[in-house]
Amino acid sequence: MAIKKTTKSNLITIAILIIIYIVCQILIATGSMSNLMKGLLVPLCYYSIMAVSLNLTVGILGELSLGHAGFMCIGAFASSFFSKTMVDVIGNTFIRFTLAIIIGALSAALFGMIIGVAVLRLRGDYLAIVTLAFGEIIKNVINVLYIGIDRNGLHFSMQDSMSLNLLEDGEAILNGPRGITGTPKNATFTIAIILLILTYVIITNLVNSRSGRAIMAIRDNRIAAETMGIPITRFKILAFSISAGLAGVAGVLYSHNISTLTATPKNFGYNMSIMILVFVVLGGIGNLRGSIIAAVILTLLPEYLRFMQDYRMLIYAVVLIALMIFNWNPTCIQWRENHSLKNYLPMFFKKEKEGL
Amino acid sequence: MSMLSVKNLGISFGGLRAVDSVSINIEKGELYGLIGPNGAGKTTIFNLLTGVYKPDTGIIELDGKNITGKSTMDINNEGIARTFQNIRLFKNMSVLDNVKVGLHNQNKYPTFAGILRLPSYFKTEKAMNEKAIEILKVFDLDEEKDIMAANLPYGKQRKLEIARALGTNPKLLLLDEPAAGMNPKETDELMDTIRLIRNKFNVTILLIEHDMKLVSGICEKIFVLNFGTKLANGEPKEVLNNPEVIKAYLGE
Amino acid sequence: MSFLSYLIRGISLGSVYSIIALGYTMVYGIAKMLNFAHGDVIMIGGYVIFTIMSTIGLPPFVAVLVGIVLCTLLGVTIERIAYKPLRSASSLAVLITAIGVSYFLQNFALLIFGADAKSFTSVIKLSPLELAGGKLTISGETLVTIPLCIIIMVFLSVFVKKTKVGRGMIAVSENKEAAILMGVNVNRTIAITFAIGSALAAVASALMFSAYPALSTTSGAMPGIKAFVAAVFGGIGSIPGAMIGGILLGIIEILSRAYISSQLADAIVFLVLILVLLVKPTGILGKKIQEKV
Repeated sequence: MAIKKTTKSNLITIAILIIIYIVCQILIATGSMSNLMKGLLVPLCYYSIMAVSLNLTVGILGELSLGHAGFMCIGAFASSFFSKTMVDVIGNTFIRFTLAIIIGALSAALFGMIIGVAVLRLRGDYLAIVTLAFGEIIKNVINVLYIGIDRNGLHFSMQDSMSLNLLEDGEAILNGPRGITGTPKNATFTIAIILLILTYVIITNLVNSRSGRAIMAIRDNRIAAETMGIPITRFKILAFSISAGLAGVAGVLYSHNISTLTATPKNFGYNMSIMILVFVVLGGIGNLRGSIIAAVILTLLPEYLRFMQDYRMLIYAVVLIALMIFNWNPTCIQWRENHSLKNYLPMFFKKEKEGL
Repeated sequence: MSMLSVKNLGISFGGLRAVDSVSINIEKGELYGLIGPNGAGKTTIFNLLTGVYKPDTGIIELDGKNITGKSTMDINNEGIARTFQNIRLFKNMSVLDNVKVGLHNQNKYPTFAGILRLPSYFKTEKAMNEKAIEILKVFDLDEEKDIMAANLPYGKQRKLEIARALGTNPKLLLLDEPAAGMNPKETDELMDTIRLIRNKFNVTILLIEHDMKLVSGICEKIFVLNFGTKLANGEPKEVLNNPEVIKAYLGE
Repeated sequence: MSFLSYLIRGISLGSVYSIIALGYTMVYGIAKMLNFAHGDVIMIGGYVIFTIMSTIGLPPFVAVLVGIVLCTLLGVTIERIAYKPLRSASSLAVLITAIGVSYFLQNFALLIFGADAKSFTSVIKLSPLELAGGKLTISGETLVTIPLCIIIMVFLSVFVKKTKVGRGMIAVSENKEAAILMGVNVNRTIAITFAIGSALAAVASALMFSAYPALSTTSGAMPGIKAFVAAVFGGIGSIPGAMIGGILLGIIEILSRAYISSQLADAIVFLVLILVLLVKPTGILGKKIQEKV
């Protein structure tokens, strides 16, 4: 059986990721990579994971989610709490971090399930605003949460660390607005790339399977899907959960890559959710490889525009607006078709087979 | 025992009684037509039969089992599939995938088997592909199996909808204006196809149509609906010559 | 007494949200898009008014007027340059473009005005009203805001139902193609919608920053989001819905801040929204759209 076109395309994407990984490692080993770039390697991976996982909700399920950062937040804090608490109990970094990843993913997936249930009866923009609301609630609640641990177990408070009433040997791990400090920095570029590849494989395998077809059927025509006997509820919740769980994994990478983990509007608020959404839309709705490309380019762009100093975010905004118009305006689309390379250099382009 | 037994079916929308006291019995393997002027309530009846609307009155039994009030999904599992007046294909999916969605409940494997690419995935997908292509061949669509459904010409889209519905292995197939927008040649082909699938797939068919050539050509019985209630019911010869029926369509 | 005081403050803040929400709901109903940049137009309005009053030194009345004019021009220009080219594109594409416009406005303001928060001088020179022997104080801002909100709502409702332009707006919101066939100038109608929404944004800006004087480049974003929530809350596309949603949201926010926790106030507002939508999926006054099968 010949390899399907999509399988080939996915293998190419994974191969490219592996090649990039190898190239980066070579650059690092020969001292050719700037510190700036080195510091961006893990973020590029977790932003890519965020984008690919959001594409599952927005592109495959077809629902606009504006609260994706909330799942990242849960994954980050749950895993960070675990790692910090277990740093002496589980000495083996590999085992402990793997467990942290699983805990981060499952906690986020759980919330994904809750939100999936909450938005079952909602459509379109109403669904979007509820996802935004959830994201903000998660961020706000974590910001006022204090969790400490001592001989007697876990203590919770919403007011301050004093009310945790910890014994002398106890420690307040989660300190409200001050978050969690001292998470072991276990997130390496190697682990990050592996997780990105895993995320990509999980989602593409899901899409090219019976469940993936069911999810896309719901996207394309919910009523028709129902009459085919597809359980809408089950698959909506499945898509939300997997999407959230993978965002949780991104959160684990995030929290194990910094020394202080806090839930600020900038890193876990709707601004972050929207930034990821921009990656997904620019990379192509439903185009998973595009999500990675867009996440990488749009994360690197502001860094490399630094020389423009104060003007760089302004230029970023103008470029974004221009790209959107160039991509979606009918006149521009027509111009692109008329002036496509195919018209000028026909000999380089195979004639498209009818119907393929 | 009839395949479909409907007694006293009715529903109101606001103050409007859209369907009233409709009773019909369709025997296994019959090719039944449902006709009537626009707005008579034909699609509403389809919606009632498939659980899109819940009836106020009446009982629906499929192959002896009471399915009144069940959800759309459950009704499909019991064995009713349908096509739609306004085509509801999965536009961004290929022709083959559209039919494979129809096969969703016929060939199953769990989600994790798909993600982890376990042997059951490969085995079941292969079976689904074969079954789907077999169905597409009946409609002469197997060559176009990888084309996006949105790119098919209109006539083929209508055929694909029927193919997809057949994928769900129904006992009763509801076709809502399958010949709409088709030219005479396409309509003739469709008539042959409908007869063929009735025999090949062992399925009972109830179809809504305005094209009288098709209706009188293949329907064994016809139910005429007007203003939501029965106007006539019987063999084409009597029904189509019934003066009341003629009056309803052509006016005084 | 303090409950009443909080309630009134809540209604006042809610009125501001209503006015902003009106801009959102009108643009959504007529241009079928979520103007994510609406909150940032408010921020620009705030800076314009502030600059004219503090830097140039003109009286508040002039400043607000200039603010309204400039915001209106800004809104119409944004529509023409960024949204009109995408009118036939998917709503997601326009949403992302609106986000781009939002980024642009915020960074543009950052460049011109810097990152330090400014202290906005209130445009309202009314002294507070003391009731019940001094136990209940109603600020001058509140005295202006609440009646103004009601006047705007009434005016807008009348405008939409009785004027030709207004009825054109309803037509475009119900069925754009049919409206074109009926001779409604869709471009002009949408431009007017944005103009009205932006003018209202300037008014809301004046009222909001008068009561809550911290002005920075990100000051418009959260009120914008909350107003969007209010519009959805009340049923997006509905003018009375925007009013009800806004006022309820303001009351819930202030009461939560006062009686539960100021950090959790936002979370509680969002939670109430979720609960309402669970029960009424199209908002309080939203219409249930029956999908034709």
